[in-house]
Amino acid sequence: MSIPTVINAAGRAVMTELNGKPAIPFRGVGKYRPSGNRYGPPIPSCTDFPPDGNKVVTTLEEALLRCGIRDGMTISTHHHLRDGDLISNRIFEIASVMGVRDLVWFPSASFPCNEPVIKYLEDGTINRIEGSMNGPLGRFVSEGRMKGTAVLRSHGGRVQAIQDGEVKIDIAVLVAPSSDSFGNARGTGGNSACGVLGYAKADAMYADKVIVVTDNLVDIPCLPMEIEGNYVDYVVVVDKIGIPEKIVSGTTQITKSPDRLLIAELTAAFLEKSGILKDNVRMQAGAGGTSLAIGVFIHEILRKKGWKSKFGFGGSTRYMVEMLEQGQMEYILDAQVFDLESVESVTRNPKHVSYPVFNAYNYHSKGNLTSMMDIMILGATEVDLNFNGNVVTHSDGYLLHGIGGWQNCLHARNVIIPLPLFRDRIPVIVDEVTTLCGPGELIDVVITERGIAINPLRKDLIESVRNSGLPLTTIEKLKEEAERICGKPSKPVFDEKIVAAIKWVDGTIIDTVRKIKK
Amino acid sequence: MDSNCAVTGNSGPRIRSDCRLSLCLKNEGGITFDLKSKVETLYGESIRNLCSEMLGCFGIANAHLEIDDSGALPFVIMARLEAAVKKLTGIRIDFLPDFPEEYKYSTLRDRFRFSRLYLPGNNPSLMINAGLHSADGIILDLEDSVAPVRKDEARLLVRNALRQLDFRGAERMVRINQGERGMDDLDALIPQNVNLVLIPKCENPENVREVAERIRNILAESGLTNPVYLMPIIESALGVELAFDIARADESVVAMAVGLEDLTADMGVRRTREGNETLYARNRIVNAAKAAGIQPIDSVFPDVADMEGLRNNVAVSKALGFEGMGCIHPRQIAVIRQGFAPETDEIEKSKKIVIAYEDALSKGLGVVALGSKMIDPPVVTRALRTIDLAVKLGILEPGWRDESPAEA
Repeated sequence: MSIPTVINAAGRAVMTELNGKPAIPFRGVGKYRPSGNRYGPPIPSCTDFPPDGNKVVTTLEEALLRCGIRDGMTISTHHHLRDGDLISNRIFEIASVMGVRDLVWFPSASFPCNEPVIKYLEDGTINRIEGSMNGPLGRFVSEGRMKGTAVLRSHGGRVQAIQDGEVKIDIAVLVAPSSDSFGNARGTGGNSACGVLGYAKADAMYADKVIVVTDNLVDIPCLPMEIEGNYVDYVVVVDKIGIPEKIVSGTTQITKSPDRLLIAELTAAFLEKSGILKDNVRMQAGAGGTSLAIGVFIHEILRKKGWKSKFGFGGSTRYMVEMLEQGQMEYILDAQVFDLESVESVTRNPKHVSYPVFNAYNYHSKGNLTSMMDIMILGATEVDLNFNGNVVTHSDGYLLHGIGGWQNCLHARNVIIPLPLFRDRIPVIVDEVTTLCGPGELIDVVITERGIAINPLRKDLIESVRNSGLPLTTIEKLKEEAERICGKPSKPVFDEKIVAAIKWVDGTIIDTVRKIKK
Repeated sequence: MDSNCAVTGNSGPRIRSDCRLSLCLKNEGGITFDLKSKVETLYGESIRNLCSEMLGCFGIANAHLEIDDSGALPFVIMARLEAAVKKLTGIRIDFLPDFPEEYKYSTLRDRFRFSRLYLPGNNPSLMINAGLHSADGIILDLEDSVAPVRKDEARLLVRNALRQLDFRGAERMVRINQGERGMDDLDALIPQNVNLVLIPKCENPENVREVAERIRNILAESGLTNPVYLMPIIESALGVELAFDIARADESVVAMAVGLEDLTADMGVRRTREGNETLYARNRIVNAAKAAGIQPIDSVFPDVADMEGLRNNVAVSKALGFEGMGCIHPRQIAVIRQGFAPETDEIEKSKKIVIAYEDALSKGLGVVALGSKMIDPPVVTRALRTIDLAVKLGILEPGWRDESPAEA
């Protein structure tokens, strides 16, 4: 059965119906206007809850049963425990034993540790995943083996979908490193500390039923209350919610690759010479090795000039914490925490605060943080001649990554994508991205080891570095060079069947992913 | 191993941009493939086509080819397959990748040779981006970094790399093997526009003359006229004693390097950080080189993690009179360059002289003057060179003339 498609404003063929519900094709950046009111969950009554505030039930099974788990429900989870999460898979194992079918899993991200979920996709317990597809899950979906159509959203898009009522969460299962018996919960303490719980906030507020799962039950009140107990139905105490060494890295490391360091150096030099890097700058970069190196070089420049960054938006790492502690950064606002040094910092430093994605990324809100950022360092699997970016599929057509906050971050003032021109033999600058995740009008600069290409729309930036001595080039020249070195690549061959929809930050569909033809 | 089969190249979890290739000659069945590649979707077809074309050129009609590919670029696959064919058949035909004209540049006898980056000759992943790190020279090494059984395949890989990789103006260097094998290295590589040949473990002027003679013959046979310079490496006590003769052995010698690891071994002493044990050798080599009018070049600094140690090492090296040193990691290049770079006061003085010179040129004056002082032509030349160098090294902006001259 093939679903009818239309060509959207980005020139991509997308469906008008997604998993049985009408879907809106992408209309252009800032073009789609939402209407109506935010979604609201049913009104609870405190008379249904124990007056002593003790919501502890003995097992996750019991909690799920009490929440009325049944066929077709949407179950949400958050990914703060990253690759060390022991609970998400367990939910579907329980559901499978109960004989529940056609669930929708709505995680804020998935990780390689979620590979066992494939079993429950195969046995019919889960109909589809609406969230990121990593590694083996991406392969499973790309091979057309998932029953429903996957939906990929950015972190902000996920909050938007919840708030707008596009996704109605029936049961949110929220793991918490510490919780009290009322369900007040936080990301620190215990054996499974992850730092902050920002991604779980919208789930707690909008889900019909909320279960907090912890391995560290503390006395009331659990402070700070990142999840407030008023939203919580049940608390489950287990031996272990996660594997600590897989939740946070012992320590994050900057890249040792001389080529990546060269890209990082070039990026820092570009930021300095273009004037983007200045006193009181607001900045965000990821936790990949190259991003971390850029952070270290930026730190050096700030120190040299006697400047400081007003705030950095995390994923925090020890390198950001060093900036904070050495006086080159005034605040860290943090949506997630990547290493032990950062967990330590967010626990004790009042200038290092949890700042949920809810407030940072949601496009349907009264302004958001990303458009206020001066410097945004992002990655991509591919960038094309129109500066369009892809982060979810590889050039061979397979889904391999989630969108994360990437689309939301594109709204920053200066979006810089540092990447190698090719990875092994795989060109990164291509004619046309395999999957469109971000429109080129929002991507300002691509920095490779073989030159810097500035989006022609950014005449101001081109002017600012005209006589800088930086290796400036064009995106076309970069693409030609990649093909000269690697050869002209063939394209993957796809089947008709659509296996995934890529949502834009406003809930419209910007592109689709099709099944790989074997 | 079946005598009809040959294996070349590398594979494994840590190997990138290379392939392990096993070729088995057959009596029938045409060409069959077993290709395992991480870039199958993008380049599977092109890899099979390339290999079929090559086997056709070598006159092989029946064979089974197994390739375990970790994203090898075409020039690497070509070298691996040619090496396998040559192992099995001894065929003398070469299958050469394109050689863009812009890679056929020559270098100057007295160009700066501050940093020269060593690359192991059988490791393609380190070669591909080597040109990006602004080393003065890039050495594709066939000697100590290549295992004896891999020498033949490395030679073909280096040959192809010289034709296909953009070294961005860095001097194109190769370190050949000793003895007869080194002569074979020259036969294969000199036609690929090598700018400079390093002669390892050089002990007497005869070593140099033999190499120089062979190079002249190869150039003549190939109808080439580009200069090929020599840099003998002194790595033994005898070599040190004969350094001056070695430096003067042939007009193509432009620099002489010292290899401290082998030298200390030859002398039976331990190599220390302070390096007192080789002070005499280094002094002697610097002096011999200066007396012969060539550049003395220091040994590599082996600890790639110790940048502070490297910085001190460069300072000592420069103070002794060396004009460059080897690197074994790209991150060492910048430190070495900074260490050997002209100092601030030297640059400031040169700026004034260059401005005065350009001023005189534009006014059609034959004499350059700074204030009331006349400037001799060699001083202008040196100033131009210093400025050029400072710009190339990135310590002076290319647009330095536009900045406020701040002159009283």
